[in-house]
Amino acid sequence: MSETSHTFKPKQKRSRYISAIKRLQRYPTTLIGFTIVFLFLIIALFGPLLAPYAYTAQNLPNKLQPPSEEHIFGTDQFGRDVYSRILVGSRDVLSVAGSGTALAVFFGLLLGLFSGYRGGLFDELIMRAMDVILSIPPLLLAMVILFSLGPSRVNVIIIVGFLYIPMVARVVRSVVLDLKTRQFIEAARLRGENSFYILYKEILPNVLPHLAVEASMRFSYSIFLVASLGFLGLGVQPPSPDWGLMVGEGRTWFHQSRWVLFFPAGAIALLVVGVGFMSDGLRRILLPGGVSDA
Amino acid sequence: MPKKVLDARNLTVTYKTEKGLLDTVRNVSLQICSGEIYGLVGESGSGKSTLARAIVRYLPENGFLKEGKIYLGDTDLLNLSKAEMRRVWGKRVTMVHQDPNAAINPSVMIGEQVAEVARTHLKLSKKEARNKALDMLTKVRIADPEVVARRYAHQLSGGMLQRVLVAIAMATNPELLIMDEPTTALDVTTEAVILDLIGDLMRENDTAVLYITHNLGVVARVCSRVGVLYAGEIMEEGSIGQVFKDTLHPYTRGLLGCVPRVNVNKKDISLKAIPGFIPRPDQLPPGCIFAPRCELAEEACRVERLPLKEIDYGHLTACRRNEELKRYGEVVADMREARSETEYGELVLEARNIKKYFPVVGGLSMFEKNRKREVKAVDDITIRVRRSFTMGIVGESGCGKTTFARCIMGLEEANAGEIELEGELLPYSVARRPRDMLRKMQMVFQNPDASLNPQHPVGEAVARPLKLLSSVNKEAIQERVKELFAAVNLPEDYIYRLPHELSGGEKQRVAIARAFAANPTLMICDEPISSLDVSVQASLMNLLVDLQESKGTSYLFISHDLSAVRHLSDWIAVVYLGRLWEIGSAEDVFVPPYHPYTEALLSALPIPDPDIKQESIRLKGSVPSAMNIPSGCRFHTRCPRKLGAICEKEEPPWQCIGYYHQLCCHIPVEDLQALQGEGLLKKERGAEQ
Amino acid sequence: MTNFLLRRIGFILITLILTSIIIFSITQLLPGDVARVILGRFATEQALDNLRQELGLYRPLHVQYLDWAGGFIRGDWGDSLVSRMPIRPMVMQRLGNSAMLAGVALLIYVPLGIILGVIAALKKDKPPDQLITGISMAFVGLPEFVTGLLLITFLAIGLEWFPANSSIDPESTFREALPYLILPAITVSLTGLGYIARMTRSGTIDVLRTDYIRAADLKGLPAGQVLFKHVLRNSLLPTVTVVAMGIGWLLAGLIVTEAVFGYPGLGRLIVFSIQRQDLPLLQACSMIIVAIYSISNLAADIIYGLLNPRIRVGS
Repeated sequence: MSETSHTFKPKQKRSRYISAIKRLQRYPTTLIGFTIVFLFLIIALFGPLLAPYAYTAQNLPNKLQPPSEEHIFGTDQFGRDVYSRILVGSRDVLSVAGSGTALAVFFGLLLGLFSGYRGGLFDELIMRAMDVILSIPPLLLAMVILFSLGPSRVNVIIIVGFLYIPMVARVVRSVVLDLKTRQFIEAARLRGENSFYILYKEILPNVLPHLAVEASMRFSYSIFLVASLGFLGLGVQPPSPDWGLMVGEGRTWFHQSRWVLFFPAGAIALLVVGVGFMSDGLRRILLPGGVSDA
Repeated sequence: MPKKVLDARNLTVTYKTEKGLLDTVRNVSLQICSGEIYGLVGESGSGKSTLARAIVRYLPENGFLKEGKIYLGDTDLLNLSKAEMRRVWGKRVTMVHQDPNAAINPSVMIGEQVAEVARTHLKLSKKEARNKALDMLTKVRIADPEVVARRYAHQLSGGMLQRVLVAIAMATNPELLIMDEPTTALDVTTEAVILDLIGDLMRENDTAVLYITHNLGVVARVCSRVGVLYAGEIMEEGSIGQVFKDTLHPYTRGLLGCVPRVNVNKKDISLKAIPGFIPRPDQLPPGCIFAPRCELAEEACRVERLPLKEIDYGHLTACRRNEELKRYGEVVADMREARSETEYGELVLEARNIKKYFPVVGGLSMFEKNRKREVKAVDDITIRVRRSFTMGIVGESGCGKTTFARCIMGLEEANAGEIELEGELLPYSVARRPRDMLRKMQMVFQNPDASLNPQHPVGEAVARPLKLLSSVNKEAIQERVKELFAAVNLPEDYIYRLPHELSGGEKQRVAIARAFAANPTLMICDEPISSLDVSVQASLMNLLVDLQESKGTSYLFISHDLSAVRHLSDWIAVVYLGRLWEIGSAEDVFVPPYHPYTEALLSALPIPDPDIKQESIRLKGSVPSAMNIPSGCRFHTRCPRKLGAICEKEEPPWQCIGYYHQLCCHIPVEDLQALQGEGLLKKERGAEQ
Repeated sequence: MTNFLLRRIGFILITLILTSIIIFSITQLLPGDVARVILGRFATEQALDNLRQELGLYRPLHVQYLDWAGGFIRGDWGDSLVSRMPIRPMVMQRLGNSAMLAGVALLIYVPLGIILGVIAALKKDKPPDQLITGISMAFVGLPEFVTGLLLITFLAIGLEWFPANSSIDPESTFREALPYLILPAITVSLTGLGYIARMTRSGTIDVLRTDYIRAADLKGLPAGQVLFKHVLRNSLLPTVTVVAMGIGWLLAGLIVTEAVFGYPGLGRLIVFSIQRQDLPLLQACSMIIVAIYSISNLAADIIYGLLNPRIRVGS
């Protein structure tokens, strides 16, 4: 790999990060966003250890209890501790939405890079295919695919990944197309660099900030999609403590015991808002030039 | 008796920034009388646009006027409310902006954009306003105002749009007209037409004009008085004659010394570049703000800042050593030791009959195969470059000069023609050229911001070609990079910086170092200095000349800037609509007989010397589209010396003048000589005597 | 302009054909045996075989597809496997109900989103902008069932302003249905509202920065005229496209919203068809949604073209 190693390392990287953090302070929502996401990550990592009860532990005589000292978020229709289920469920939500996003980002990046860089018929075909996928509303397509694949955690991940590839690919491609017209790419071609070097060393580093912003937005939409599928009963299946599923299952008891829905719904809301704020903040920090958010 | 229209006193404009409050314009006073065109000259960052916006009280949100008084006639503008200000804007003060393409609303018809001003301020009815709009469009010499009035911005050329902007600005017959670089975005021939128009209209209407520009030549052509702005302060002010001929400030002298002249070139003079940079408003020196860059600065200059002082009637300077400057007289560039006329070396590059046609994409082109539409960007251009020699290619935007350069580099694949480098035939595409050939040809691009990867330290940009194109070890590469940085006058520690930490000129130096890293035989410079300030341009031109002398590299220098091409080139080729029209040694091309197009270019060139009276030879209309190239001589649609039917029907022949100088025209050389007489440069020499 | 139109229509047709292939193949082909899916694990070989015959599953795939697609175009959408009733009237009735809901939602969120977006742009980085962007950012990502439940909790159960349940008679008229439409419409609107507001804001900020707006100000035109004639005419152009793109979101949003409120629209029908494994019904519903989405995109393109002089009159 000596051919692609740097002779000169930039010295100023740290000061760039510092100025980015300074910019952060002007937007309190960003800080809130990062904090929320960070907290949820902690919960996902250590949640099961903190949970006072097993998330599957049923206690039928104790069902649908309002919040109390033993069950601070109350119990559900099977007498399971809602608090414990939410803690454990955070893992489900973050891992399913996260893996789906990772899939979409990985393949979207690859497709976008090659499609934008190669251009021509290859690009045309890929992009038209993406347009076709985009012309079906994601939730509908997800439901139809799950109908035939059958609902399961892995299938949900694959579908989320598949559905969001076009969005990521489009963003990456447009950045690549823009970069391709810059003269530093032409300078690289003029000194006989191969395509791998140009893509990996000249283009990719400039795509990454855009990719990070896009990934955070996709993450937010993934949570949305996973939760909606769970709510409709088409996503992760019981007895998983998936938050969307908890809300969907608890709907029947809505009028008597609101906490069964309220707490998981609140957790979804908090997470979604947090990720939204974070992604907006990332945009402000990484792409300080523009305001457009398409 | 002209009356004072604008009286702005002691203006200080402050911006709230992350670094705190910054005074970007300090203590500037301006008086402009009716019928006067006042030129405000300054480089980028001098605060000239800020000053203009402060005068009309239209500063961005983070800016405010800290001190000062602004009177328009008898009105104290600072006493007016926002709503009252709106009644002043567009009626008593109007403005023309830099980029005509951006300053006209793309989704409102042109006529309406003129008429709305008339309705708002002159209280005209709809119909009267429409007539007024047509009137104004006629006044700015638009041939068919009825048609143009119903057009949208994207249907008109830049020159046309700038006329429309002038029409809008003049519709209410304002007291003060502010023009902010109104011709900077235009081609030189279009610029000349607009400048003529501005001059005529102002004389007719007795309007006071504040003309903001970076171009000293433009000031000399249209203005009556001039103020030189530097880092937010006026350095010198006076009539054109006073400032250009009896210059009383070292900065003005510096600026004048930076501009290459059309009658001499690199062999005779080196340009006087101003060392250093404009100080940022948060890092102003304690004394005279120009002292750190001034050759004449003495101890007192570094301690105390003098206010503007009137030396002669109406001639003000901020320099304490103006007495000495008086004795210096007119700015004369440094003469160089007469270099013996170098024998032209062997051929390095020969590009024969290069053609590049782009297919037109879009529309239903795929359904109409038989109607093949193409843009003929380069249509049969032949050029030779010899060792240690500069070939200049000059032409206006869209003439195909950049495409030609890209074909030679292999970034675009030519459709036809042969490219020979040191006797070896090159493949069209860069991807199929062997490394050794790649090494021999290097390129410096126009836009310094785009030519370096923002994520890589600039040292890496220079090291990379060394690694690829020469087989040396890592230590040797580091040594070479340091040498190269020294050669382009950049401090060694810049090696580790990222591009965004460098100024435009510094980035371009890195790009030059990168090009020289491969030790090329031929370097193609595509408008390498166009986007930079004059003082930076001068130092880069000097650098290019020095490097050529020490390394023996040949240059293909491409530019729209006649004076830069004249300064740097041994030979010059003039390009229009994808074809060559005149080629010859630099001395020959710019003296008659020359091609009518060359003549028009020369006549349009703004020269920073008020004594030179250029003949005004102006081109009609705008450049035809390269998709519909006119028949016969492709210049006939705009040629001021068109003969008649022959020009429309037959392609003109090449004619030789002497041994080296050739031009392509139906008019016989002898007739051209008779028509053009002494020409521009001869007259200038006359003026010097 | 004609070229532009023909290209767009051509593209939409190709897209529709491709999406119909996708929907057909996903639903009919993927995990193998449709008959098994329909009849369940314990069906006899004989029953399976009969059903396969009936569904024409033994024919080549392209014949099956062409038969299905041709029927769809002719208006013969087949019978529901569950109710054994013709699908088309059923889908059309539900579509009508969904259209009522979507219409009310559009009427709420498009104007409101535009107004909020413009206000935010005009007050960029000031408290009103921070409030609007903050709220729209929050709502844009919230799943409809979360906002729906919140609204039910506060507006239906808490304040008792609206009915909490919208499971009205599918044949209700608009007038009868209206009170039941409000809460679900607000629910779908909140997502769309944030989206429209954000896009309008960024578009307007871009336009406010342009030279021609500066020029219009310095022409001394009244501030209102600058805003409506010069700013909005340009900044709302992209919003047209955004609204059309939002139709896709709206349709998907309806699936969840109708489930939350029990509203008898197309979305409920889709969920029902999936739960009951009613294959032809699911195919018909999906195709109808894709078609509506494509047509609204086409409409947006046409409107955009008509409003934008660059496309309307070539250079």
